[in-house]
Amino acid sequence: MDIVTPATALSQRHLLGIAELTPGEILLILDTAVAMKEVGQRAIKKVPTLRGQTVANLFFEPSTRTRTSFEVAEKRLSADTLSIAVSTSSVVKGETLIDTVHNIEAMSPSMIVLRHASSGAAHLLSRVCGARIINAGDGMHEHPTQALLDAFTIREKKGRLAGLKVAIVGDLLHSRVLRSNVLLLTRLGAEVWVCGPATLIPPGLEALGVHVTTRVEEAVADADAVMMLRIQLERMQGHFFPSLREYFLMFGLTEQRLALARPDCLVMHPGPINRGVEIASEVADGPQSVILEQVANGIAVRMAVLFLLAGGAEHETVA
Amino acid sequence: MKRLLKGARVVDPANGVDGQFDVLTDGARVVQVGRDLPESLAAGGEVIHLPQRLVICPGFIDMHVHLREPGQEHKETVATGVLSAVTGGFTAVACMPNTRPVNDSAGVTQLILQKAREANLARVYPIGAVSRGQKGEELADIAELHAAGCVAVTDDGLPISTALLARRALEYTRMFGMPVIEHCEDQSLKGEGCAHEGPVAASLGLKGIPGAAEAITAGRDILLAEMTGGHVHIAHMSAWTTLEAVRQGKSRGVKVTAEVCPHHFTLTDDLLASPVPYDTNTKMNPPLREARDRDAMLAGIADGSVDVIATDHAPHHADEKNVEFDKAPFGIVGLETAVPICLDRLVGAGVIGLPRLVEMMSVNPARILNVQGGSLAPGAVADLTIIDPELRVTIDRAALKSKSKNTPYHGYTFTGGVAATIVGGRVVYANHAAGWPGEGR
Repeated sequence: MDIVTPATALSQRHLLGIAELTPGEILLILDTAVAMKEVGQRAIKKVPTLRGQTVANLFFEPSTRTRTSFEVAEKRLSADTLSIAVSTSSVVKGETLIDTVHNIEAMSPSMIVLRHASSGAAHLLSRVCGARIINAGDGMHEHPTQALLDAFTIREKKGRLAGLKVAIVGDLLHSRVLRSNVLLLTRLGAEVWVCGPATLIPPGLEALGVHVTTRVEEAVADADAVMMLRIQLERMQGHFFPSLREYFLMFGLTEQRLALARPDCLVMHPGPINRGVEIASEVADGPQSVILEQVANGIAVRMAVLFLLAGGAEHETVA
Repeated sequence: MKRLLKGARVVDPANGVDGQFDVLTDGARVVQVGRDLPESLAAGGEVIHLPQRLVICPGFIDMHVHLREPGQEHKETVATGVLSAVTGGFTAVACMPNTRPVNDSAGVTQLILQKAREANLARVYPIGAVSRGQKGEELADIAELHAAGCVAVTDDGLPISTALLARRALEYTRMFGMPVIEHCEDQSLKGEGCAHEGPVAASLGLKGIPGAAEAITAGRDILLAEMTGGHVHIAHMSAWTTLEAVRQGKSRGVKVTAEVCPHHFTLTDDLLASPVPYDTNTKMNPPLREARDRDAMLAGIADGSVDVIATDHAPHHADEKNVEFDKAPFGIVGLETAVPICLDRLVGAGVIGLPRLVEMMSVNPARILNVQGGSLAPGAVADLTIIDPELRVTIDRAALKSKSKNTPYHGYTFTGGVAATIVGGRVVYANHAAGWPGEGR
C-alpha cells in the first residue's frame, strides 16, 4: 500500500511538471486513471466529460506516440481537438512562441497540450496564457505524463510504488523522462537507481535522492522494474560515447543482465525503442516487457490529467 | 565657475583622504580638498552645503558597458546609455566593441565619440576589437583604434579565438600601453550552454556552462601575459577557479587585473528556478553560479584580488527576452543598480569599507584604462560621484533610464544610492531625495 493519501483535487491550474505535484496529487491522478482505463475497455470508449471544450495540441517537436495518445484521450472525453505540428505552424515564419500561442488562444481552447524543444517553454506559457497548460515534454526538463503512465504501469503490476527498486538506464543528461520519473518515484517512496555512461550523467543528480552508478549490473540487481531510456542518436554527436556497439556492450539490457533483477522485474521503455542499442530484441519482446501496456496506459493517464485539470474531482464520476 | 562643496565626507583613496572635507572645483578641474575651506574661495561661484552623511568620491568609471550603438539602437543608444550611467552614479563608461558593425575601425570609434559628445553626460571611452570583425582570424587595426581614442581591446561577447591570437594581441598592445580585456570562455566547453553547469541546470534541464570553461581561458591568457609582458584584464569573473588563477598570476607578478559584476557577488543560479522559473532576466554570460563561486567573489573583493567592479551592462529589448530561456539573449542592465547593490551588499554588509569600493569603482578602472579620473588631487578632472549611504532605493524596472529594462533586481530594496553625479564640473544628475540641495524639476 502507498503511504500517501490521495488529494481530492489538483491545486494548480496547469500540469507543468512532476515538481509542481504533491504526492497526494500524484496518487489522485493515478487513481483517476484507473477509472479512465475502464472507459477504454468498454465497447463504446467515450464519455461526455469534456463535451464542448476545445483542447489544442501544440507540438513544436516531432512526436507520434505522445501526440496520438493525447488525441485519443481527448476524443474519449468528447473534447474538440485541434492539433498543430511544427511543420504546419507559422513558427517557421519567425513568430515567437508567445505570439503563436496567443493566436491559438483566440480560438478559446480550455487547455493547451504543449510539446517544445526548449526547457521551461510550458512555464513561459503558463505565465501568459488563460488556457490551462499541459506539458507534453519541454526540452530536457520534464515529461510529466510519461512519468505518470510509467508509475501507473508499475503500480498496476506491483500494487505499490513505495519500497520498490526501480532502475533507469541510459542518457540521463538529455532525458526529460528521467527527470520526471526521478521526481515522481522518489516522492512516492521508490528506491531509484540511475545508470548511464559518465559522459551522460548531469552534475548534482545525487541531490535528487537517487543512487547513481555507471555499472548497469549494479543498477539492475534485484530491481522490480527496469526502465531503458532511448538513446537519441541525433544528440550524441560522437562526444558522449564512441559507438552504438560499445554502448550496447556496456549498457544494453540483455537477457543475461535482466537475469540479475528480480524474476518478476518489469521491462519498460518510453519508446520508440532502438533495438540492439539500449535494449536487446529478446528482452523488448520478452515476457517481462510491458512496453506496449505503457502505451495503452498512457491514454488512461492523460484522460485523468485532462479530466482533473478541467475541474473534475475525486467525488465525481466519469460515467 | 568655482564651486565649493561643503560639509560632506570625502573618500579619495588615491590620495589617502577619508574624512569630513570640503571640495573646491573651478570649471572642469579640482582645485583643492581641505578642511573648513572659507566660502570666499568660491567668490563669484556657488557654495553648496551638503548633509554630513553624503560622501564625495572621485567619479565612478564602469569599464564594461554595452551601449549597442551603432546597429542595435532598439536596445540602447549612446545617449540613453550615458543617461543611465549618470543616473547610476557613473561619470564615465568604457563601451564594448560588439556593435554592428564591430568597432574595429577608427570610423566606428569616431561615431561613438561623436554621439557621446552630443549626449554630453558621462564620458565614453570606446574599446576596440582585438580581431577584425571579432572573427578571431587576424588582428584589427589596433594602432588606428588607439589613435582614434580606444582605451583597450577585446573580442568581448567571445573569447579571443586562439592562444596564438591572444599572444599576438598581448604583444602588440604593449606598444600602446593598452590592456587586452578577455571574455574568458572555452567555446567547446560552453557549447550550447545557457546556465551554470550544476544541480540547478540539471534539474531545470538546461545545458550547462561549467566554471572551468572560464578558468581555462583565464589560465591560458595569464600564462600568455606572463610570457609576453602584456596586460590581460579578466572581464566579468564569475568562477572561483578563475579567481584562483588570477591570484596565482598576481603572486607571480603577472600583469593581470580582474573585474567582477554585482550580480556575480550577490546572486546564485537558484534564481533561475525560483521565484520565477526560467526568468530570462536571470540569464547572462557568464551565468549566475553557485554559492561557492559567489562567496569566492566576495572573498576576492575583500582581500584585494579583485581590482574592479564593472556592470557588464547588457541591454536587450523586452521582445528579445520574452522568449524561451534557451533562445533568449544573454545579459542584464546594470548601470543603475550597481551603486545601490555595492553600497548595501559590500559596504553595508561589512565586506569592505567605502575606500576599497572607491578603489574598485574609480581608482583602478582609471589606472587600468589609463584615463583621467580616480583622484581628487589638485588639477584632477572634476568628475565626482556623490553618494548617500543611507538612501533607501527600491529597484523599479519601469523607472530605469536605460532603454532596456532587463534586470533581475526588480523589487529589490537596497540601502545606499546616488545623490549626484558631476562630470567635468557640471552637475549632470542630482537626486534631491538623497539630500542634494533643491527640489528638482
